[in-house]
Amino acid sequence: MSQSKKQANRLAKGGRIDRSRTLSFTFNGQSYQGHPGDTLASALLANGVDIVNRSFKYSRPRGIVAAGAEEPNAIVQLGSTEAGQVPNVRATQQALFAGLTARSTNGWPNVQRDMMGLVGKVGGKFMPPGFYYKTFMAPASMWMTYEKYIRKSAGLGRSPMEVDPDTYDHLHQHCDVLVVGGGAAGLAAALAAARSGARVIVADEQEDMGGSLLDSRETLDGKPADQWVAQVLEELAGCENVTLLPRTTANGYHDHNFVTLHERRTEHLSETAPLVNGHRPVRSRMHRVRAGQVILATGAHERPLVYAGNDVPGNLLAGAVSTYIRRYGVAPGNKLVLSTSNDYGYRAALDWKEAGREVVAIVDARQAPAGDWVEAARAQGIKVITGSAVIEAKGGSRVSAARVAKIDIDTFKVIGQAETLACDTIASSGGYSPVIHLASHTGARPTWRDDLLGFVPNLVKGVQACGGANGTYDLGEVLAEGVEAGVKAAAATGHAAPAVSLPQAKTLEQGPAAPLFQVPHEKPTLRAPKQFVDLQNDVTAAGIELATREGFESIEHVKRYTAMGFGTDQGKLGNINGMAIAARCLGRSIPEVGTTVFRPNYTPVTFGAIVGRHCRDLFDPERYTALHQWHVEHGAEFEDVGQWKRPWYFPQTINGKKETMHEAVARECLAVREKIGILDASTLGKIDIQGPDAREFLNRIYTNKWMKLDVGRVRYGLMCKDDGMLMDDGTTSCLGENHFLMTTTTGGAAGVLEWLELWHQTEWPELQVYFTSVTDHWATMTITGPEARKLLAEITDIDLDRDTFKFMDWRAGKVAGVPARVFRISFTGELAYEINVQANYAMHVWKTLFEHGDKYGLTPYGTETMHVLRAEKGFIIAGQDSDGSVTPEDLGMQWAVGYDKPFSWVGKRALSRSDTRRTDRKQLVGLKPKDPKVVLEEGAQIVFDPKHAIPMPMAGHVTSSYYSPTLDSGFALGVVKGGHNKLGETVYLPMADGQTHEAEIVSPIFYDPKGERQNV
Amino acid sequence: MFYIHCPYCGEHREEEEFHPKGQAHIERPKDPEACSDEEWGDYLFFRDNPRGVHHELWVHAVGCRKFFNVTRHTVTYEILETYKMGEQPRITAESLASQQTQGNVQVASGGQQTVGATNAAAPSVKGEQV
Repeated sequence: MSQSKKQANRLAKGGRIDRSRTLSFTFNGQSYQGHPGDTLASALLANGVDIVNRSFKYSRPRGIVAAGAEEPNAIVQLGSTEAGQVPNVRATQQALFAGLTARSTNGWPNVQRDMMGLVGKVGGKFMPPGFYYKTFMAPASMWMTYEKYIRKSAGLGRSPMEVDPDTYDHLHQHCDVLVVGGGAAGLAAALAAARSGARVIVADEQEDMGGSLLDSRETLDGKPADQWVAQVLEELAGCENVTLLPRTTANGYHDHNFVTLHERRTEHLSETAPLVNGHRPVRSRMHRVRAGQVILATGAHERPLVYAGNDVPGNLLAGAVSTYIRRYGVAPGNKLVLSTSNDYGYRAALDWKEAGREVVAIVDARQAPAGDWVEAARAQGIKVITGSAVIEAKGGSRVSAARVAKIDIDTFKVIGQAETLACDTIASSGGYSPVIHLASHTGARPTWRDDLLGFVPNLVKGVQACGGANGTYDLGEVLAEGVEAGVKAAAATGHAAPAVSLPQAKTLEQGPAAPLFQVPHEKPTLRAPKQFVDLQNDVTAAGIELATREGFESIEHVKRYTAMGFGTDQGKLGNINGMAIAARCLGRSIPEVGTTVFRPNYTPVTFGAIVGRHCRDLFDPERYTALHQWHVEHGAEFEDVGQWKRPWYFPQTINGKKETMHEAVARECLAVREKIGILDASTLGKIDIQGPDAREFLNRIYTNKWMKLDVGRVRYGLMCKDDGMLMDDGTTSCLGENHFLMTTTTGGAAGVLEWLELWHQTEWPELQVYFTSVTDHWATMTITGPEARKLLAEITDIDLDRDTFKFMDWRAGKVAGVPARVFRISFTGELAYEINVQANYAMHVWKTLFEHGDKYGLTPYGTETMHVLRAEKGFIIAGQDSDGSVTPEDLGMQWAVGYDKPFSWVGKRALSRSDTRRTDRKQLVGLKPKDPKVVLEEGAQIVFDPKHAIPMPMAGHVTSSYYSPTLDSGFALGVVKGGHNKLGETVYLPMADGQTHEAEIVSPIFYDPKGERQNV
Repeated sequence: MFYIHCPYCGEHREEEEFHPKGQAHIERPKDPEACSDEEWGDYLFFRDNPRGVHHELWVHAVGCRKFFNVTRHTVTYEILETYKMGEQPRITAESLASQQTQGNVQVASGGQQTVGATNAAAPSVKGEQV
C-alpha cells in the first residue's frame, strides 16, 4: 500500500494537537495519519474521509456530523485482532493512538459501494416505518429466518469471539459531592465544593476536561478560556479531597444518588491494555458511587435542523465545525453554507473564515437578525441571507450544493424561488438541547421552556443541574451557576465553602432564536426528499408524519413505531426535532406532546466493565464441605446444589476402564442395599433453636406435633406457607428441654432461617426463642446399609443396641475419639447413622471410618445414588416433588399433619379452603413404566387419554425418575390429578419425539414398603 | 439501588444487604379458623399497590437480620422513613397530603429540601388498608 495520504484538511496552525508527532492508523483497510490529541473522527476529517458508514435501514452513505457523544453516524468497530474487537465505538470519542484499526460497522461489501444502497435510493418509499413488521409478519414462524438476513445487512457491529485478555474492576465509592461534567459549570462547581473540604469526585467523558472551554472563542480575564481550565485543574489535582476522573462517563443515575461511572483507563493508548512491567493494567473501571449530592453539569447538545438531504456527508452541526477547527486544527471542507436559527451558529462561520476557508453564506431563519454576532459576521464580509433556510442539500457522497429559500415558520411553507449555492459543507444549528439524560434516569419528567426551546431537567432530591444542562448558556452565568451549585451541595453535606472569585468572561450578547426544527420544503414532507430526524436509526420526518397519520398519538408510541431514539443513540440529536414534528402533525404544542425519557446507559458500556471481576471462577461463590479435598482426590464428579459443590457420584476405574455414571450409580446403590455406603451430607441446612418457647414455636411453624418429643428423640417435620403449600421438610431433634436442632434441605437453609425469623419477629415477638445457623459448623456423614451398626460400633463409645438406640433417636458420644452427635435417621430406607462432628474434625472421622470400613465394603456415594435410594422409598425432595402448589395431603403425608393442635399453625387454615379440599388435585404417586427399560423423563406431562385431540388435557407430570438397580427397572414419582384413587390405572406420557410411554399408577414406595430394613 | 437506613443498626446501608418482604402491617388474623375462605384469601393474597406512599417490610438480611418497616414513595422511590417492628409510621399518605396543602414541601426528616415538582405528586389515598 502507498504511503498514507496527506492530511488535506489539516490547518497549518491551531488546535490542541501535537503536530511534532505523527500517528498511523487504518480505517477500512486504508492507512492514514493523524496527531496526538486527535480523535479518530478528527483524524478522518483531516484526511478528507467523507463516508464513514452506511445507514442502518436505507444504507445511505453517511459522514461525521458531530464532535462528541451525540455522534449518530461514525460508529465503528475497533480491533486489529479477534480478541481486541470492540463494537459501538463513536469515532468522535475515540482518542487516536498509533496502530489504531477501525472499520465501519455497516456496509457490504464496503461503505463506498453498498448493495443495500440501491434499495435505499430506489426502494426508500417502500420502506416506511414498521416496514419490517408489516412485510415480514407472516408466517410468524419465518420471522427468525428473515431477521437473520435483515440483521446481517444492517450490521450492528459484533462482539469478539475470543477470550478478552483484559481485566476490569468495580470500585465502590462514597463522596459528598459528585460533579458530572468537567466543563465550565462543572469545574466551577467542583472548585467551590473542593474548597469547602467536601469529598468531591469530578467525572468527565472526554480526553481532556474543560468541555466547550477547550474550543471557545470567549476569553476569561482576557486570556483564552483553556488557560483558566488548566489553572483550575491544577488546583483540583492538588486537593486530597478531590478525585478527578477524565475519560469517565456517568452512564446511569439510579435511586438515591447512586451513579455508575465508567472510567476508560487504557482505551486511549491501545486496543487492549498495554503491558507495564509485564503486567496488564486494568482496562476500565466501573465506579459505583453513592453520592451525598450530585451536580449535573452535562452541558447541552446542539440540535441540527431537519431539511431534505441533511444526511449527505458534509452536513455537520455548526458547533462541531467550530470544535474541529479550534480544538483539532481541522477544517472539514472548503466552502461552507451555514443554516441557523440562532446566534450560536454564527461561531462556525467566523471560525471557518478565520481558518482561511470560504463562507458562501449564512442563512438565518430569523427575519431581522441583529446583535453582536450578526454584526461580527457582517464585519467579516460574510453574506447573511435572512428569513431563509437551507431547504435541501444536494450531492451523493458529499454535499455539492445547498438549496436556499425564504421560509415561513408559522405556516410551515417555502416562500418564493429557491436559490442554489455551490458548497461542500453545510453546517446547521437549531439551538441547543440541555443534556437531561441522567436526570431522566431517575424517572423525573423534564419541563419544556419556551424561552429556551428545550427541555430542562426536573430533579429529585439531592441533585442540582447547572450550566448548559440547566439551559444556561452565557459563560459568565454558567460559571456563577456552577459555583452556586457547588456551594449549595457542599453545605448540604455539612461543608461551608469559602468565596470563589470568578474570572471575568468576555462574551458577545446572544439574541433570541427562532423556533425552527423541521425546515419546510417545496413539496409536502411525505413527498420531499428524505429529511432525517434520527440519523442512527434512519427515522425521517415523513416517517413520523406517517406514524401520526396511522393513529399513533402518544410520543411513546411514535417512538416505538419509528424506532426514534432507540438503541445506543438514546435520542441525543433527534428527539426534540422528532417531538416538534409530531407536535406539528398533531396540531399540538411540544409540551402537550411531551417527551420520551432516556434510559441508561448514556453511551455504550463494554460488558467487561459491567461484569468486573465477577466472571469465570468468581462469578458466584462456591461452597465446599470439610471433606471436599477427599472427594476430589477420590475422583468424584461434582454437582452444583445452590452454591455447594456436592459429590454427584464416584466413578471407579475397573479393569482399566472408567465407569459411566450409570455404572457407578448402580454399583453405589447396590453397595448401600447389600453392604454399606457413606454420604457427605454436610450441606444439609442446620439451625440451632433455643429458648423456653422453642417447642411452642416449632409447634406453630411445623404441621406436626412437637409437645411430646423427648430429649434424645428426632422427628420428621413438614413446613408449609400460610397458603397450606409445602415449603420445606427435614428432621428436628430435641437436644435438651429448650434446645432443638432443625435440619433443612440444602437449598432451603437460608430461606428457612429467614422464614423462622419472619414469624418470630413480626407475629410472635413474645416467644422467647433464638435461631442460629450452624450449617457450616457441623459436618454430617451418613453411613447406611446392613453393616452400618458393625462399622460404627468399632469406633464409638455410644451404645448402639437396637432397643436402646432406636430408629429416630439421637445420642451424644465419641466417634473416632472426637465429640459427636449420632442421629439414627434414614433417607435410604436402610439402617443408617448420621454422624455429626465439628467440621474441623470431619476429615479425621471420615478417614477413620474408611480405615475400619474397608472390610465391610464401605462405598462412598454421591447425590445421584442418594436420589435413587430415597425415591425407591418414596421420600420426597421439597422443591422437586413439590412445587409451591402441593399440600402435605397431596403428598399423602396426612400422618405428619396435626389437625388437632391448639394453635392454628402456619398453613392449617388454608388446608380447609374449598380449593385444597378438591379431590382432583394433583397428588403424589409412583409411576411404573410398562416397559421396565424405560426411564421416564422428569417433567414429562401425563395424560389419561393419548387419543384425545390436541391440545390434550394435562393430568400431571413426572417429578423424579431414575433407573433402579435394585428393582432392575425404571421407576418414577409424579403428581397426577386424583392420583391417590387411581392406583393400578394406566396413564400415558406423549413425548416430543412422537413416542407415547405407558405407566401404571402405583404406591410411591417401591422398596421395603413396611420399612423393616431401617428398623433392624 | 436503594440506600436504606436500618433502624436497628442506625446506619445507611446498600440495598444489597436487604431483602424486601412485601407490604408492612399485614397482621395474621388472631383466629384463623374463624375467618371465611374469602377473608383468609384476602389476608394471604391481596396487597395494596398505591401510587405514592407505601409501607413495606424489609429485613437486614446480611446485617443484623432484623425485620423493619420502610415508608417509600412508589413514584419517586424516595424512602421517607424507616422504623422498627411494632412502631407505627410517622409519615402516611394522609399526613403528606395535609402537609402539602399547607404549602410545606419539607417531606422527610433527612434534612434535604425537595427540589422540583415531581415529589409533589399527591400520593393517592385510595388503596390504603381496605
